[in-house]
Amino acid sequence: MEQDYVVDIDNLTIRFNLASEKVSDLKEYFVKLIKRELMFQEFLALQDVTLKVKRGESWGLIGVNGSGKSTLLKAACGILKPYKGTIDIRGNIAPLIELGAGFDYNMTARENIFLNGTVLGHSRKFMQEHFEEIVEFAELQQFLDVPIKNFSSGMQARLGFAIATMVQPDILVVDEILSVGDYQFQQKCYGRMQEMLDGGTTLLYVSHDIESVKHLCDHAIWLEKGHVRKSGPVQEVCDEYMQVNR
Amino acid sequence: MVLMRERIHTFIKYKDLLRELVVRDLKLKYRRSFLGYLWSILNPLLIMIVMTVVFSHMFRAGIENFPVYLLAGQAVFDFIRNSTTMAMYSVLDNAALIKKIYVPKYIFTLSRITSTMVDFVFSLGALLLVMIVTRTPFSPHMLATPVLVIQVYIFACGMGFFLSAANVFFRDMQYIYGAFMVAWQYLTPLFYPLEMLPGWLQSIVTLVNPAYYYVEHFRDLVLYGHFPSAQVFWGGWIFAFIMLAFGLFVFKKAQDKFILYF
Repeated sequence: MEQDYVVDIDNLTIRFNLASEKVSDLKEYFVKLIKRELMFQEFLALQDVTLKVKRGESWGLIGVNGSGKSTLLKAACGILKPYKGTIDIRGNIAPLIELGAGFDYNMTARENIFLNGTVLGHSRKFMQEHFEEIVEFAELQQFLDVPIKNFSSGMQARLGFAIATMVQPDILVVDEILSVGDYQFQQKCYGRMQEMLDGGTTLLYVSHDIESVKHLCDHAIWLEKGHVRKSGPVQEVCDEYMQVNR
Repeated sequence: MVLMRERIHTFIKYKDLLRELVVRDLKLKYRRSFLGYLWSILNPLLIMIVMTVVFSHMFRAGIENFPVYLLAGQAVFDFIRNSTTMAMYSVLDNAALIKKIYVPKYIFTLSRITSTMVDFVFSLGALLLVMIVTRTPFSPHMLATPVLVIQVYIFACGMGFFLSAANVFFRDMQYIYGAFMVAWQYLTPLFYPLEMLPGWLQSIVTLVNPAYYYVEHFRDLVLYGHFPSAQVFWGGWIFAFIMLAFGLFVFKKAQDKFILYF
């Protein structure tokens, strides 16, 4: 039974550093220095969160700003290490947390495809094989040798999405990235995500757009101030969420 | 054993990233400058000319073939200085990326040191040029230079790991290191002969200054045309590996907390 979970997060607590820059006088400086709060002030972004996802399920993460949705995604990707609890991931992850994280804006689109691809852990050879496919999806054929600082944000997003979704991952992690880009491209992205879901990919999806959550996901988890408020079938959780936040 | 295998596996997975980062550093360094990579040779050459004009009269008695003496020492020391300074910022500069995607963080430090090493190899062109002009005999011992480069590379990696990790927690490191670097440079016989230092300082420098070992090693190969003494040769390896072990230890202990301090 245990083997079925591709994402197995147990009693996860994540700690953040909130050290504020505001030190008003010398006395406060030394007080903070002695209490060791000068550089570190603890804040628990997630507390006791349990999330078990089976292969092929798609989960929406909902909640107001600052409730810990993105933190949970980052923990799943291995970017944040658990303070308490365990994270067990089976399979490879395609992180779509910020499109084009790792782009170098002084380099051309062509160079960035290789840079960003290797950042995601692909080999150079692999990127060469999929180069055409990426360019085609991003629709940037004429701009390949332009430094991407000269690109519009929509063009950058297209390139980022094309690189990140070139493989069929076991787990796709998406954090509210489709707000840029025009309608046509958004539809294209939803299309590709749907394709992956049909192919058996597991999805973790953060969005404030409840309709898209209902559309893409079959389960949802509702976070509130770092705690799980409710988790279960998407319709049930979303309805209650909408009632409370109306 | 399993852990070790996993680490090697991860490194192999990300070796192409290392390559891309090194290529990027080299490409961006001189992009849009007219002379481009020639600057890697011109820069040390210009500094050497200035220093030779200024210092060769001061230390005339002590040093034969001052331009080569100076340039050989300067090249090795600049390699150490530039690589470690670049490495110190490697983690912080990539904070935005580390916050978004999981990447083994040491790759960034390693890439900075590697690109500086490539730059160092370019700068040896300046040395060859000066050796031809000053009619310094080429000795076959020069072919052993890669051994020295590996020594310095390992040493710089260790130091870079330590500095990049320390700099995340104490930004003061940048300023401390700047001052430290000045002291270190003057305590390494780059433009003066070692014998000019008072006896007690001489013994300290020859005992604990790793830069002295590497500079001496390089001069033995290119200027004096013989292999370095056993002390210089093995001392260089020992410094390199002690530094590497120390740097890796600090980096490994600290790396999971980086993200809390960006």
